Amino acid sequence: MVSPVLFWVVAILTVVPALSLLFARKAVHIAMSIVCVMVGLAAAYVGLDAPFLGVVQIVVYTGAVMMLFLFVLMLVGVDQREDTRETIKGQRWIAFFTAGGIAFLLISVLGRVSIAPQAARVGNPEEIALVLFGRYVLVMEVLGALLITAAVGALIMTHTPRLTPRRTQSEVQAARVLAGADPVNKPMPGVFARHNALDVPARDPEGKPIEHSVSRVLEARHQMSDGDEFRTRLENTSNPEDSQLPNGAPSADSDERTPRIGEEDQK
Amino acid sequence: MLTLTWLLIAVPLASAAVLLLAGRRADAWGHWLGVAASGTAFVVGFVAFLQMLGLESEERATSVHLFSWIPGGELNLDAGLLVDPLSMTFVLLITFVGTLIHVYSVAYMEHDADRRRFFAYLNLFVAAMLLLVLADSYLLLFVGWEGVGLASYLLIGFWNFKREYATAANKAFFVNRIGDLGLIFAMGLMFSYFGALDFDSVLSQAPEATTAQLTAIGLMLLLAACGKSAQFPLQSWLGDAMAGPTPVSALIHAATMVTAGVYLIVRSAPIFNGAPNAQVVVAAVGAFTLILGALIGMAKDDIKKALAASTMSQIGYMMLAAGLGPIGYAFAIFHLVTHGFFKAGMFLGAGSVMHAMNDQVDMRRFGALKGAMVVTWVTFGLGWLAILGVPPFSGFFSKDKIIEAAFVGEGWQPWVFGGAALIGAGLTAFYMSRLFFMTFHGKARWTDEVHPHESPALMTVPMMILAVGSAFLGLFLAMGDRFTHWLEPVTGHAEHHEPVLPVPVLIALTLILVAAGGLLAWLRYGRAEVPETAPSASLATLAARNDFFQDSVNRAVVQRPGQHLTRTLVYVDATVVDGAVNKQARGWAGLGEASRRLQNGQVRSYAATMLVGLVIVVAVIVVGGL
Amino acid sequence: MNPINFVILAAILFSIGSAAVLLRRNAIVAFMGVELMLNAANLALVAFSRIHGQLDGQVMAFFVMVVAAAEVVVGLAIIIALFRARQTISLDEPAELKG
Repeated sequence: MVSPVLFWVVAILTVVPALSLLFARKAVHIAMSIVCVMVGLAAAYVGLDAPFLGVVQIVVYTGAVMMLFLFVLMLVGVDQREDTRETIKGQRWIAFFTAGGIAFLLISVLGRVSIAPQAARVGNPEEIALVLFGRYVLVMEVLGALLITAAVGALIMTHTPRLTPRRTQSEVQAARVLAGADPVNKPMPGVFARHNALDVPARDPEGKPIEHSVSRVLEARHQMSDGDEFRTRLENTSNPEDSQLPNGAPSADSDERTPRIGEEDQK
Repeated sequence: MLTLTWLLIAVPLASAAVLLLAGRRADAWGHWLGVAASGTAFVVGFVAFLQMLGLESEERATSVHLFSWIPGGELNLDAGLLVDPLSMTFVLLITFVGTLIHVYSVAYMEHDADRRRFFAYLNLFVAAMLLLVLADSYLLLFVGWEGVGLASYLLIGFWNFKREYATAANKAFFVNRIGDLGLIFAMGLMFSYFGALDFDSVLSQAPEATTAQLTAIGLMLLLAACGKSAQFPLQSWLGDAMAGPTPVSALIHAATMVTAGVYLIVRSAPIFNGAPNAQVVVAAVGAFTLILGALIGMAKDDIKKALAASTMSQIGYMMLAAGLGPIGYAFAIFHLVTHGFFKAGMFLGAGSVMHAMNDQVDMRRFGALKGAMVVTWVTFGLGWLAILGVPPFSGFFSKDKIIEAAFVGEGWQPWVFGGAALIGAGLTAFYMSRLFFMTFHGKARWTDEVHPHESPALMTVPMMILAVGSAFLGLFLAMGDRFTHWLEPVTGHAEHHEPVLPVPVLIALTLILVAAGGLLAWLRYGRAEVPETAPSASLATLAARNDFFQDSVNRAVVQRPGQHLTRTLVYVDATVVDGAVNKQARGWAGLGEASRRLQNGQVRSYAATMLVGLVIVVAVIVVGGL
Repeated sequence: MNPINFVILAAILFSIGSAAVLLRRNAIVAFMGVELMLNAANLALVAFSRIHGQLDGQVMAFFVMVVAAAEVVVGLAIIIALFRARQTISLDEPAELKG
């Protein structure tokens, strides 16, 4: 007999995370929930006297399959957000009624059967191996072939042949100039701005800041500082002692982080 | 030697193949090869003829088995040749006249760039014609029948760069198709009635068949004969067939091919003997065509077309004779042979005249040519006397026999057929004399640039030989009924019947009519002035000039209804047949359009479908199983 | 406690998985729903194996796992190929199946 505690633990550990399949927004959350379901199922297997299968479940599903899912999620971008509005008319109702219908039908049948379980045969590796390499040895071999085929198939599927000729560096450059880009490198941030910090834009010959010299990420985070603003900041914090310090290092109190452009606006 | 008769066909055929395949390389010597092939055929035929003469008359029919042709279960047909007096007559006529015309053509076609091709076609014609007359089954005969049709088509359209000549070739081909259809039908009927197609089986079983069966076959054979021999109502192609070079007109459209219909009927004599109604139709067609052709010939100013009309008329005589039954068969063939000589001779004479007159054919611009072309005048004159039936020239012996035979019988038939034949003789005398006088006598009405001159020896010698034949062949063959006895193994012995009028009276009547016709022609065209352009004339003359509107009649009777039928069928096909198919297809397309909406391309809808199906299956199992 | 309850649990998990396949438009999430359905079947197999006291059910579950692994490999490869071609993994996009 299986202990009821184990059953209820397993039931909660599987059904609740499984519901995230229906309600969670982010795919990564769902994947982690399914990992939880897989672990719960492994526990169920152990509880059902199939310890070998429980271990295999952990290794194959949580260890390999779900990690593969996560890899692919990362590959296609975790920000692949899903529009939750239903596009197909009636699809929600169909899903609800079919899923509910299947559950209802199966449970109604299962609730009416009464079975007396036989004495357990523990599925340890040795026992499993005897059955696997005994009666099912042919299936086993065929499945081996299937796995090889699947691996090769995945290789073929994800292999993309080069359809266009390889572009040389000069061609890339020519295309870029044609597209109206700067013929030369973008200026580095901080150049001619009296400061070489990454968040300070460079200056053009007229002294105007070149906005695009600062990384796009800093700009998006509103962490870019203006050159003029930085100069005044520098002058404000300068004190006579500065000149006395060796190497012109700023004094200790100047480490206090000053609010950057944009941060003040947010506040 | 009789077993070697296949050489008759093989030699010209091989020559034709060589000439056609060798191309321009054979231009220098090709025409002499053609002459040699035809000459060889004549020599072979003549030797076989001598050998046949040495046999008893009952043993003169020889079958030559060539090869097993169609070894079918029901139809087991061998390709074989039947050499008997009838086919031997034709062999001699074809090869002899053919060879002469080959020789003539060497000179006549000298300035034509395609002379080699011309000789190839001529050889092909000779081979096909010999196959036609030598075949021992209707099917093999049909091969030759089609072969001569092909050769005729090729030769009528020999100058096919002229549009109307090509059209004339097509016309001849199409009209002949109708006749061929008749022959095919006849063969089908024979096969269904007798289960065989060879002459031996069919003709020996013919007396056992019912009259209705024989009449059906006979009428179909008559249709075939009408097509090939230009008899009413399929006569319209012969006049246009004169588009071909004149030697072709002489050989194919006067002497040999057009007489194939007569051959077919005489060969099928046992069938017609058992079908009196079919015989009457044959005789009626012959009599009608004989008058029709004579009337057309009276009005034509084109020398070749006048001769073509005459050919039509003379073949009408032969058909009339063939339709009279056993008493007429031999005379039909007799007239066929003499006609082959004198008409070929006259065509060659006409060719010689055209040669001298820069290929003009309008007799109104001829006249007084006897001084410029003595040989042509004499040879043509002999042919003229022969066709008129003036004793002792050939035509007298052959045509008068037909007239006599036509007067044999009971009831209305001898009077109608005999009368037609008698009147035809008078008309023939008129139109042939008209042609002769307009061409050779009277005043010269030549156009300015022509300078008539006698033709070269290569052309005149064949004309002379044919003229000798025209003059004396009839007398020679008629002496002691030689020809009739010669053909007796094939045509059967005919009991002598007395005509409804005494024979001397008939001869006298014929000669009087002929003399009257000739005299009238002399008065109008020999002595009197002949206008250089055709004067306006009565409605009847206009009708005759226009071949009695045969093309218009054909158009109205055959072509228009055919077109309407075709259009109707096309319409029915488009609306009913195609309509049904299209409507059905449109229905299926609509069904597809409707079911297409199920295929909305949404994977999740498909998954939903699958799961709904699963729920149903589970429900059925659960509810049904419990 | 009777192992049949695990079969009921498997049925519930199966319907959750099937609902996910029908409802989610993210191909990877729908695919995870398929995996959940497979695992529910596995759970049923193991439970039956326990009920009958025989190991065949466990071996079947083992086979299912192998097949599922192969399926995941190929399926994810298809999703990646799809993503490369269309820059999306939404199941509503590839409407080329539209009739």
